[in-house]
Amino acid sequence: MTVLLVALGAAVGAPLRYLTDRAVQARFGSAFPWGTLTVNVTGSLLLGVVFGAAADPAVSALVGTGFCGAFTTWSTFGYETVRLVRSGARRAALANVALSVAAGLGAAWLGFAVAHLLAN
Amino acid sequence: MADSPRTDPDVDLRQPGDRVELRARPATTLVVIAGGGVLGTLARFGAQTALPHRPTGFPWATFGVNVLGCLLIGVLMVLLTRVWVGRPLLRPFLGVGVLGGFTTFSAYVLDVEQAVRAGVPATALAYLTGTVLAALGAVWAGETVTGWLLDRAGVGRVAG
Repeated sequence: MTVLLVALGAAVGAPLRYLTDRAVQARFGSAFPWGTLTVNVTGSLLLGVVFGAAADPAVSALVGTGFCGAFTTWSTFGYETVRLVRSGARRAALANVALSVAAGLGAAWLGFAVAHLLAN
Repeated sequence: MADSPRTDPDVDLRQPGDRVELRARPATTLVVIAGGGVLGTLARFGAQTALPHRPTGFPWATFGVNVLGCLLIGVLMVLLTRVWVGRPLLRPFLGVGVLGGFTTFSAYVLDVEQAVRAGVPATALAYLTGTVLAALGAVWAGETVTGWLLDRAGVGRVAG
């Protein structure tokens, strides 16, 4: 049952990452990886909410492990950062790492705090 | 040949192929990404279940999948540009789907926060920076070694 929920969440999360990345690029251009930053920060916020609300195991599997896991990505983030370094844009690469980690942590903390507050 | 080197392995709108793929075959592209995403995510779930960590421990499973996924995306993107040319569904399936689903940024971030909350800030910092250094090094190594091996074999050398 848990495996099915994880799979279902992933089946929605992965294509939604592709569509979101695409939509952000279409609007803001693709020189800096804003699309990947958007999915990673949004997914971190949502996972923070799931944990903060102490959601039951089924919801954690569906939304946390499945959806948020497939919606966010380390491989794309890592590849884009290395491409920035290799193309000489070291400052942009550093900014991408710092911004992604800081905004991801802030978003997860915010989601956790708000959900925790509402759940108690 | 592409107009400029690819930056985003998921979708890069500066690549002519990426710009048209969703319009050319919308259902196939999204279904292939979803299928790959399910496979990658289940593999990650398997690793996380087999190697659970306590809030005060080092999240080895998530660290491992993120570093391995980064190594593989480096290998994959070189193969896609030099060997597996003209297969429009391979990148959506393997790159966007399988590796995107296998690796996770949200769990990485939450692991860091849980370690801080559990009162082990040194573990949190080691995990945070260790993942960044190992994963970026893995992308670099995957690209470099694959490119070097293909050069040696004389395969798919980019003309010009």
